Amino acid sequence: MSMKKNYVVETIRKAQMVQLLADGKRMDERALDQHRPLKIETGIIPKANGSARVTLGNTQVIAGVKIATGTPFPDTPDKGLLVVNAEILPMASPYAEPGPPSEEAIELARVVDRGIRESEMVDLTKLCLITGKSVVTVFVDCNIMNVDGNLFDATSYAVVAALRTSKMKKYVVKDDKVEATDEVVPVKVEKTPVSVTLARIGDRLVVDPNAEEEASMDMRVTITTDDDGNVVASQKGEASTISPAQVLEAVDTSIKVGKEIRKLILEAVK
Amino acid sequence: MENKKKKLIDDKGKRLDGRKWDELRPISLQVGLMKNADGSAYIEWGKNKIMAAVYGPKEVHPKHQVLPDRALLRCRYHMAPFSVDERKNPAPSRREIEISKVIREALVPAVIVEDYPRTAIEVWVEVLQSDGGSRVAGITAASLALADAGINMRDLVVGCSCGIIEDHVVADLDDTEDKEGSGDMPVAIMPNLGLVSLLQVDGIYTRDQFKKAFELAIEKGKQVYAMQREALTSKFFGGEPMTTEVEEVAE
Repeated sequence: MSMKKNYVVETIRKAQMVQLLADGKRMDERALDQHRPLKIETGIIPKANGSARVTLGNTQVIAGVKIATGTPFPDTPDKGLLVVNAEILPMASPYAEPGPPSEEAIELARVVDRGIRESEMVDLTKLCLITGKSVVTVFVDCNIMNVDGNLFDATSYAVVAALRTSKMKKYVVKDDKVEATDEVVPVKVEKTPVSVTLARIGDRLVVDPNAEEEASMDMRVTITTDDDGNVVASQKGEASTISPAQVLEAVDTSIKVGKEIRKLILEAVK
Repeated sequence: MENKKKKLIDDKGKRLDGRKWDELRPISLQVGLMKNADGSAYIEWGKNKIMAAVYGPKEVHPKHQVLPDRALLRCRYHMAPFSVDERKNPAPSRREIEISKVIREALVPAVIVEDYPRTAIEVWVEVLQSDGGSRVAGITAASLALADAGINMRDLVVGCSCGIIEDHVVADLDDTEDKEGSGDMPVAIMPNLGLVSLLQVDGIYTRDQFKKAFELAIEKGKQVYAMQREALTSKFFGGEPMTTEVEEVAE
């Protein structure tokens, strides 16, 4: 959703931004490593196993978790299924359209999925019921409600908050058959991965770009870190480059900002 | 599942296929094999067999996609149904759509798109047989195909993937190491400009492991770059000596 919509206006805007950034300033007066106000509400959809609404500036995402049983993939017979999906709703922006998912929406879902999966937030081996036959399936679907930049982070926080507050029926295996009991248990969650996206505008990196900044950015990089400060996923985007030194700078910023945001998420899911 | 997992790297740092931790698989590159394409390159990298072909600059269809000030670079990374163990559905998967996007974004910075306004340049990457690291092999071949097509470029683009297996940082993961290992980091660079145009990471890396793997990927990429240059030179100058003689043109 970062395509240039109005070439002349955005080229002028970019020149202004680059000038401001040279003095370490942003259009909305944030510091370069400052994210927008973040609000996380959980349990907003009682029919879902877990849900969250994340508001990051004017970007808004709702994530819902649905849990059932299914068959495992043949190459991972002892692992449950975790699927993260995202849809940019036509109501989310004047530029969004209904139809099959765009390249952007596919990348968004896959990058968010990668951060959650690779952090081992959900231990999939614990979701195996009968090896090769039956496993617990966890679907996390994200509705992008309003687009104002940085969908990657907003969506990731929504997924983490929704999973952290998910509850599921306890399944038991009796005579090689899976039965759902009436007992409700929390979904076992081990970690809190946090995604931090930076945009390069001119030669400076800024955290949590809004839509205006995304329209002017040259490059975008998302880095997901875990509770121990490890890097668990990353993705560079947009048709431009980043210097090796700036990659390491981005990693350090993501670890630092990730810590602050992890606190906010954990506070919200308490 | 068996409890005993194959050890991917032994105590002496030797990997399943006998490579050292920082050793690349065998790579071969050939330029200009496809007759109809404006440019092409074929790469074999380990068990990867990938053909890249370039068409253009050509007219843009549909016309509303035209860019007034530069060329539109289209890119499709596609895996042949027979390229993997289980037949792959030929329709583009979400993985292929994402990889097509990141390959395009890795190549565009190297192409002087401003030289070809209102045109399209098409890059087709076909994976005939896949092993680990097919996207970086695809990028390496695609940038050669662009050069072969005579398209103005700032630099070549070359990729290499590094990662983590059993807590060791290693270069150039193959299929088994990618699936069984704990992390994969494909990186593409523009070697002369010293810039990174593709970076994807999965796995769990400490800050130091991240730095080590990332810097190793850049170093190994430069090694592959030398082979890229050789492949281009051998197509255009072959084994024959370079000559300064110019054929006389009849008046």
